[in-house]
Amino acid sequence: MYKFTSQSPLALSSGKHLKTYEIAYETYGKLNADHSNAILICHALSGDAHASNPESETENPGWWQLMVGPEKPIDTNRFFVICTNVLGSCYGSTGPTSLDPDTHKQYQLSFPVITIEDMVNAQAALIDHLDIQTLFAVVGGSMGGMQTLQWSISHPNRLKKAIVIAAAAQLGPQSLAFNTIGREAIQATPETPNIGLAIARMIGHITYRSDESIGTKFGRKLQEADYGYGFSTEFEIESYLKYQGEKFINRFDATTYLYLSKAMSYFDLIKSYGSLESAFKNCTAQFLIMSISSDWLYPSEQSKEMAKTLIKLNKTVTYCEINSPHGHDSFLMESNDLSTMIRSFLDSTS
Amino acid sequence: MNNYIKNKLIEQVPPHSKVLDLGCGDGDLLHTLKKQKQTSGYGIDIAISNIIECTRKGISVYHGNLNEGLPGFASQSYDIVILSQTLQQIEDPKTLLLEMLRVGKQGIVTFPNFAYWKVRLHLLRHGIAPKTKQLPYEWYNTPNIRVLSIADFKQLCQSVGIKIVKEIPLYTTSMKRLMLPKCLTNLLAPEGMFIIEKDGDA
Repeated sequence: MYKFTSQSPLALSSGKHLKTYEIAYETYGKLNADHSNAILICHALSGDAHASNPESETENPGWWQLMVGPEKPIDTNRFFVICTNVLGSCYGSTGPTSLDPDTHKQYQLSFPVITIEDMVNAQAALIDHLDIQTLFAVVGGSMGGMQTLQWSISHPNRLKKAIVIAAAAQLGPQSLAFNTIGREAIQATPETPNIGLAIARMIGHITYRSDESIGTKFGRKLQEADYGYGFSTEFEIESYLKYQGEKFINRFDATTYLYLSKAMSYFDLIKSYGSLESAFKNCTAQFLIMSISSDWLYPSEQSKEMAKTLIKLNKTVTYCEINSPHGHDSFLMESNDLSTMIRSFLDSTS
Repeated sequence: MNNYIKNKLIEQVPPHSKVLDLGCGDGDLLHTLKKQKQTSGYGIDIAISNIIECTRKGISVYHGNLNEGLPGFASQSYDIVILSQTLQQIEDPKTLLLEMLRVGKQGIVTFPNFAYWKVRLHLLRHGIAPKTKQLPYEWYNTPNIRVLSIADFKQLCQSVGIKIVKEIPLYTTSMKRLMLPKCLTNLLAPEGMFIIEKDGDA
């Protein structure tokens, strides 16, 4: 993992600014002579810069090991792949757990609220630093898809292709509501924020799956033969969610969760630009927009609306709905269709 | 797609036009048009396998159902909108035809002709739902939700203000060389092909 330290302050959407900041990132593959083969991968809410381990499939695999590596759909033999930890996160980039240079203490809640646009502008400073004028592609799912959309709008001439997976121009009201409950849980337990963080993760985890996938895996199965007529963990889904919550508090920070969750809630291209049409009007990237059939957090309708707007604006866009029963998180799972689409889209010359 | 229909379609498309192909399949037609006539094209298809094939060929596509209409497309944004061998599978053909001519300056439509003499003879002789080369399905597994004849199509066009610019009868190999009178196409042509426009007076 590398670290980039900013040379100039970052003006934030909130009107505040960060005097200095660091961005943690990893790279795979080689940058070619004319610096034209770089792909930026954007991670989702709880992700980090470790998208892949090109050296080994089993040891310390990355969060998108399936997609990124030698001979993989995002082929590191061909592309120079960059994955950053987003601004505001807790995996090496500047965020609430970083030291405030003024006080020499952790920022915590004094860290300025950041937006997806701020994350993208910080990434752009890194891309400048790497001496890359135009990215071959920006790729991301979920919150990473939001960053990809923002890239295509904020820096239209700096990317050739944009792959937006399981994302939307704004969170729908139901998804927004689940986001707020997650933050509520953390803020309701200020002395023990990890309890809230575990609950937030449990809620999140349900929203990342479909009813069908939870049904197939757990159904209403009990751990014991019958009800215990008490309040211990009895259902298998209950035990699974608790496990997910506990696993998460060992690797994530509660305050950071508040900030990243808020950044997603604030993301709204329609509010920011007046309409989807005016948001996309200066885009020049070729788009591949993909949704997941069973994703109710970012339903296909929202992706279709973006695609239709781009069509109306006479932009180059392919829209595709990946058929999968696993819900929102399908973009992180094995899928032939998803892999083939990404590979073909990166290969296509038109 | 049948190569004969494909070639006939290609003949009708002027070079450098902007083409929208509804039910574009694996993108073969758009790809060939791009190579032979330097067209720019866009496709819509319902099958993911076709979306993947189109993407492989570098053709941009929208994965969707034509029964949802063409709401994303700006009016008169294409030169040609093609609907080949798909009309018989559409829930509301009248609306789709009008949508084609809202989005495109011209439309090209092809479909199997249900009044073709072999179809008529098949029904007359056997008394069961006709099966031919163009309509190869059993009545219970056909994707076609309706069948129509060349005469039916002409009648619909007239009633909704669609002008038929050109009728291109598609004959079987044995009949291609014969000079067949236009008035007999409904009987003699297994497939219909029409170039349509919005009627200025309608």
